[in-house]
Amino acid sequence: MDTMAAIRETFFQECEEQLGELEVGLNAMEEGVADSETVNAVFRAVHSIKGGAGAFKLDRLVRFAHTFETSLDLIRAGQLATSPTVMRTMLRSADLLADLVKASRSDHPVDEARVDAQIAELKALSEDVKEAPTEANAGGGGADGLDFQPVLLQLDDFGETEPQAARYAIKLIPAPDLYRKGNETVRLLRELSRMGEFRVECDTRHVPMLDALDPEGAYFGWRVELTTSEDEAAIHELFEFVVDDCELEIVVDRAGPAVAPEASAPAAAEPIAPLVAAPAFVAPVAPAPAEPIEAVAAATATVVEPDKAKVEAAKPDAAASLATIRVDLERVDRLINLVGELVINQAMLSQRVLEAGLARSSSVAAGLGALEQLTREIQEGVMAIRAQPVKPLFQRMSRIVRELTDATGKIVRLRTEGEATEVDRTVIERLADPLTHMIRNAVDHGVERPEVREAAGKPAQGEVKLSAAHRSGRIVIEVSDDGAGINRQRVREIAIKKELIAPDAQLTDGEIDNLLFMPGFSTAQTVSNISGRGVGMDVVKRSIQALGGRITIASRPGHGSIFSMSLPLTLAVLDGMVVKVADQTLVVPLTAIVETLRPKAGDVHALGVNARVISDRGGFAPLIDVGQELGYRRDAADPVGSVVLVVETEVSTRCALVVDAIHDQRQVVIKSLEANYRQVPGIAAATILGDGRVALILDIDTFVARTNRSGAGQESLLAAVG
Amino acid sequence: MNEVSVAAGGPREFIAFRIGVQEFCIDIMSVREIRGWTPATALPHAPAYVRGVINLRGSVLPIVDLAERLGFPQTDASARQVIIVVQVGAQIIGLLVDAVSDILTLTTENIQPTPDVASDFVKSFVRGILAIDGRMIGVIELDGVMLSETEAAA
Repeated sequence: MDTMAAIRETFFQECEEQLGELEVGLNAMEEGVADSETVNAVFRAVHSIKGGAGAFKLDRLVRFAHTFETSLDLIRAGQLATSPTVMRTMLRSADLLADLVKASRSDHPVDEARVDAQIAELKALSEDVKEAPTEANAGGGGADGLDFQPVLLQLDDFGETEPQAARYAIKLIPAPDLYRKGNETVRLLRELSRMGEFRVECDTRHVPMLDALDPEGAYFGWRVELTTSEDEAAIHELFEFVVDDCELEIVVDRAGPAVAPEASAPAAAEPIAPLVAAPAFVAPVAPAPAEPIEAVAAATATVVEPDKAKVEAAKPDAAASLATIRVDLERVDRLINLVGELVINQAMLSQRVLEAGLARSSSVAAGLGALEQLTREIQEGVMAIRAQPVKPLFQRMSRIVRELTDATGKIVRLRTEGEATEVDRTVIERLADPLTHMIRNAVDHGVERPEVREAAGKPAQGEVKLSAAHRSGRIVIEVSDDGAGINRQRVREIAIKKELIAPDAQLTDGEIDNLLFMPGFSTAQTVSNISGRGVGMDVVKRSIQALGGRITIASRPGHGSIFSMSLPLTLAVLDGMVVKVADQTLVVPLTAIVETLRPKAGDVHALGVNARVISDRGGFAPLIDVGQELGYRRDAADPVGSVVLVVETEVSTRCALVVDAIHDQRQVVIKSLEANYRQVPGIAAATILGDGRVALILDIDTFVARTNRSGAGQESLLAAVG
Repeated sequence: MNEVSVAAGGPREFIAFRIGVQEFCIDIMSVREIRGWTPATALPHAPAYVRGVINLRGSVLPIVDLAERLGFPQTDASARQVIIVVQVGAQIIGLLVDAVSDILTLTTENIQPTPDVASDFVKSFVRGILAIDGRMIGVIELDGVMLSETEAAA
């Protein structure tokens, strides 16, 4: 059972890959830059999903994939033009297919109505094409003279005996094109074998000598005797895809009451039944003698299974792609932790050597330098293992844009850049939500309606660009649109109305733009269900900050806006400011710090008995003595003469933290406190400094929230720490 | 960690250590290593017996002052004190004691129940006593040494 679950899991993993291919291919087709190979790849992706789904009896998935595949086959055959309408249907179908895969994976229910609607839409496309249906065995002429010299092949395992059934004699002689299009006779025969009592004979007479053998050719023929309760249409349906590329003859030999079970047949054939309506396509190409394709692998293998080689030859880049292995994530994480420790150890060693007073030119120092270089390289290498390209994330966004364009009536194209940029997978996972929100924002608020755009002299189709790039040890992700830009006048009015700023406040353009990040700010005039659900850009900003990143905004009226995020490449390290408080060393996350200052006596004002505030940019920020709050000292230090860190919290209120001194600004490796202890309020994690001692990393949000709640709670904390 | 109370049969080894003038011991199987005292980084909002955290080869290790935990005066930590690194469940913690005194090989028959004179609080850690060569050694059960999160929050 466990192995089955594992295989199933592998199937779904492969589905993910196939869906990715599918989307890439469809997008290329939409842009009109697709060659026949792309179309084939798209077809193959859907076909593989269908095949795998069949093996796991995921009937719903099979049914839809089959319909989808049928339409794609029409495109592949050149009978269905890749018009924008068609491509939109195809992309939507791909989305639905992805949803069905996801639903099957988690055994969730599926919106049947949506599936049916999409199937109907796909069928409508196929209907248009099959105006001129041909006989099922059209183009058969070429191979008429074939005589069979049967080779018996008993496939007992597959047989399922049906009691009351008709006998069919089926003759199948594939043409090379059948394999070239990615079909496989073995699969067809297997399907047949499932229908009832089955006997197959293979005709190998036409296999030439090896020197004359074209590895891409097709030389086998099959004769099948099938006793089944399925009707003839079901058999025809099985050959639906190959009927143009083979000689097919289905003769009914009514040995039993063949027609009687007809009533039960539709039930058995149910999953793919809707397709019976579209039996055959226009068949312009008669089976031609094999034409060689260059670069074919192992000729010997092809004799037995020509289709295999066909597939291999069809995608040469797959063979050339790099070999990969699947590794348990836990192992990678452990390795990363170990290397983190190695780095700390190395730093400690360096410090000790320095303390020992050894000359920089000494051999010890030189060896240490080499060690440092090596550890750094090891660390980078190990981090790279967990790094993943942002491509899958970006692909998800293109789906969102598609759904939005359908919902809003705007015409928007998503252009992506730098998809190969790699970043730690933990970052990628937590980037999806904020990025989705920003993309929605760009389409919903950024890009104008087509008529507005045209009036402004811009093309009706708007463009949202999503790009990723590495810049000085961080990843920068930009979301830009070519829309109207930020309406600063309106932003200002809303901010005043919502009392976020004073009516007479003098703000620069940049400051107005940044008002978008204020909590409770939402510029949508009506609250749509697309964006503006009471959460706004402030949530985006907060999630980016939680990742140790920063977000900035730039906008030009009439030309669009650019939101750019700068994020660390990994969550295992953090940029922090090392500060000293009451003889304890603490690390404050750099992303939270707005500014640092040394207050003058006039800046600090008492408020009530205990509370003090500091004037900061026209407002007042509460002063929090970090040492007192954490219980390191009983009395608050005098802010004058101390250093004040102005930080911004989750709720975007500013707070001024009083510390004794700033030591350093550096990257620290994050260490869990929970692993051996438990969560400590106000503390995010711990780290180990160069001297080997543990330093705590402040969690600004919970720290400040706690201070606000327990103004007088410090006494008990003091008692606790002693 | 119920080995002490379960009659597993056969001799087992215990590490004995001193807290002040009294002697205690723990099952050697839960001991990972013994190391000297290094200054700990104080943890805010921690119970008094948690002296802070130290760096144990890259892991953050909380240090429990066993004396204070058992209700004795706080240990005056210096380089003379030792930290016994033990595994309790999935966590690794350090126990601050005055000195390691002995390794004892015992069978469960040697362990006598804790006399009723002891308070319930002491009994929650000291699951039995040993009498060897005129010495009395308390057998400490590690499960209760670190409070659970909910208890600590109270």
